[in-house]
Amino acid sequence: MTDLTSNFLGIKSPNPFWLASAPPTDKAYNVIRAFEAGWGGVVWKTLGEDPHIVNVNGPRYGAIHGRDRNLLGLNNIELITDRPLEVNLKEIKQVKRDWPDRALVVSLMVPCEEKNWIDILKRVEDTGADGVELNFGCPHGMSERGMGSAVGQVPEYIEMVTRWCKENTKMPVIVKLTPNITDIRKPAQAAKNGGADAVSLINTINSIVGVDLDVMAPTPTIDGKGAHGGYCGPAVKPIALNMVAEIARDPATAGLPISGIGGITTWRDAAEFMALGAGNVQVCTAAMTYGFKVVQDMIDGLKEWMGEKGYTSIDEFVGMAVPNCSDWQNLNLNYVTKAKIDQDLCIKCGRCHIACEDTSHQAITAMVDGARHFEVIDEECVGCNLCVNVCPVENCITMEPMTSGVDPRTKQPIDNKFADWTTHPNNPNRVMEAAE
Amino acid sequence: MADVLSAPDIRAGRLSPEDYLKNFDDIHPPLDRHEASVEADRCYFCFDAPCTIACPTSIDIPQFIRQIQTGNPVGAAKTIFAENILGGMCARVCPTETLCEEACVRNEAEDKPVKIGLLQRYATDTYMDKVSGSHFTRAAPTNKKIAVVGGGPASLSCAHALALKGHDVTIFEAREKLGGLNEYGIAAYKTVNDFAQREVEFLLSVGGIKVETGKALGRDITLSGLRGEYDAVFLGMGLPGVNALNAEGEDLSGAIDAVAYIAELRQETDRAKLPVGRKVVVIGGGMTAIDIAVQTKRLGAEEVTILYRRGQDAMKASRYEQELAQTNGVLIREWFQPKRLIGEGGHVVAIEAERTAVDANGRLSGTGETERFEADQVFKAIGQTFIADPVTGGSDALELDAGRIRVDDARKTSLDKVWAGGDCVAGGEDLTVAAVEDGKLAARSIDEALAG
Repeated sequence: MTDLTSNFLGIKSPNPFWLASAPPTDKAYNVIRAFEAGWGGVVWKTLGEDPHIVNVNGPRYGAIHGRDRNLLGLNNIELITDRPLEVNLKEIKQVKRDWPDRALVVSLMVPCEEKNWIDILKRVEDTGADGVELNFGCPHGMSERGMGSAVGQVPEYIEMVTRWCKENTKMPVIVKLTPNITDIRKPAQAAKNGGADAVSLINTINSIVGVDLDVMAPTPTIDGKGAHGGYCGPAVKPIALNMVAEIARDPATAGLPISGIGGITTWRDAAEFMALGAGNVQVCTAAMTYGFKVVQDMIDGLKEWMGEKGYTSIDEFVGMAVPNCSDWQNLNLNYVTKAKIDQDLCIKCGRCHIACEDTSHQAITAMVDGARHFEVIDEECVGCNLCVNVCPVENCITMEPMTSGVDPRTKQPIDNKFADWTTHPNNPNRVMEAAE
Repeated sequence: MADVLSAPDIRAGRLSPEDYLKNFDDIHPPLDRHEASVEADRCYFCFDAPCTIACPTSIDIPQFIRQIQTGNPVGAAKTIFAENILGGMCARVCPTETLCEEACVRNEAEDKPVKIGLLQRYATDTYMDKVSGSHFTRAAPTNKKIAVVGGGPASLSCAHALALKGHDVTIFEAREKLGGLNEYGIAAYKTVNDFAQREVEFLLSVGGIKVETGKALGRDITLSGLRGEYDAVFLGMGLPGVNALNAEGEDLSGAIDAVAYIAELRQETDRAKLPVGRKVVVIGGGMTAIDIAVQTKRLGAEEVTILYRRGQDAMKASRYEQELAQTNGVLIREWFQPKRLIGEGGHVVAIEAERTAVDANGRLSGTGETERFEADQVFKAIGQTFIADPVTGGSDALELDAGRIRVDDARKTSLDKVWAGGDCVAGGEDLTVAAVEDGKLAARSIDEALAG
């Protein structure tokens, strides 16, 4: 039996799909709808101190669209909850009471004084919530007031605030990290040093999503002006995956639980985050684009896939791809691949040819014997994979490893022995083999 | 009394005013901005695109679709007009299913090409709405004079290209209006809102083109006269003649030349004034046959039957057009040839047709078995012919090939200073878009000849 039950820091939920702290989790009304739709848990939208903050009354979101207005990236300038603290706390308490099997974590952001954190922690504890997430990530508005990413960008602050929280509550403490930093391992290490039970990442990325060329101002435009916002959605997934992997394979933070966030739209996205070490995932943009129902295929698809692979619980595959995350210098330089075009699937659009011809290695024909024909020239193919990526037909072009014979390009025999940059003769810093 | 009973049921105003409007409205409504953007997104921007290769005028299709994608429809139209100045009409009448859209690589994967014709229409319509006049500018005057005979697509294309090169062009057109088949042929629902004339106005707005209507070659002007007066002559008279049925009763009232009827229909703004029979028989298998059959059906004829002497596969009308006729309720009867028209009181009442078959040698012949089809009107749509007299008489005689003007690859005729294109030349495809290409090629050749 495939079991999707998640146990993250002792917080149990029927599945690993939580809604991230964001507009969809700002009120009991939304959260109840999410639970009814099947979401395993929520991180309640960030609470702050009273007087509650205010939001702009103009547009808060901007987007990048793909073909057919497929929403690829979303940018927002919304701040933390703009409702009184007491209202939120009352609703959290009621929802947790009514939905005891779901995870309910509360996101927090208050000024960097120990007393402020102690006060709010006590009040959250009274609601019966399962844990807290420290919002050190929001890149707009709150950061200008010394909160959010302003804290997340200074590892010393992260460690300090995390320690205050750990010393003042029994609830699990998750530290949410900002990606607007050079080396994500530093804030993660700081969180761990401060005693964090887990990190969650990524928060949104600083962004200007577009420029209104009539008004000559960034979009979304508020009375002729725009401010940078936070970018999220499918477009940020690769950035988030890398940051999750960086933390998962850093010896200093190895084993620190991770809640994966960043453009997760499908069960496959979720499985990828989990393979790279995330114990569960948090979703926002997919829900904001399609509604809460998207969780149903996330649950079903993950279950189907796990069943196919023979995994009975999510712990069995969490982190399985981490050992295969390597540095470039350790990649096998003796591994040779050539692109291969399946002529039965080829629709003869010629994009592989022009991409290779104009921008790469002149390794794909356009014409053979006077007929339109696209075929890889093994003598020129470096195995770069660009043709695979630009081909509109899935699996039409594949990369085929060479395991024997001679590479027609380099004229060198295929060597099945592993050899990486560290020992390559062109590497001035190569590891010298022991002298005879 | 007998005469009254057998009198043909032909009358105008069979339908309500709303029905006429509906029946003769745009058959393929244009894409709106959203639809165009969704459709444009389907284009793969192919390398050396098969659609462009399939287009007789070589329009850079991936480029103009990309321009639509990026919100630059006027630029898209300019890309189209650069190769095909009648891109607006071609978007409406081209048999795209056998040209660009047949070549679309989307067919390989999903049997559903990008709607290139409708996207071309979106771009050119947007241009016509947004741009007043023309974005083209003429080269410095060359003081060369060129006569263009005929005002159809080949001539218009040639005249425009020559005007751009700085030459002075005069178009001689026998009828009242320019446009040729765009104006006088083509089913009305394919080119609504007087598009043919709006396109002519756009084309002429570049300047340098003088128009003389009511001037027919051989009647008002002569080839030798034009050769003497002008530096070059382009002939694009089309096919002004029609084939005869060569069947008994052809002269009966109610036996009508489909080409002439369509011309009348195109010029009549009030379709309720057009008389149409209750039962209509059309003879032929080309585009004219389809156009007259569908249009008479839409004018209120109850039964419209096309008689074609071979199987449907042999029809010159595309399969798509055949299906259009059939979905409009037209019955296509294949393997029938007309034997005689039966009249009463001088008016056709029926047609007797003979079944045909192909013998072992591939020869078509009658089987002797006949069938009678009741008809209030019989439309003859069995092909148009070139009338060679004006270009074969006297010292300025042109060489012909299979009854049409012989031209070389550059559309040059056998006679010095004379080029030709469109349906009147041998080997023509009887397509608007092919005529446009002829005019373009001839203009290029004329310009080179005049420069030399």
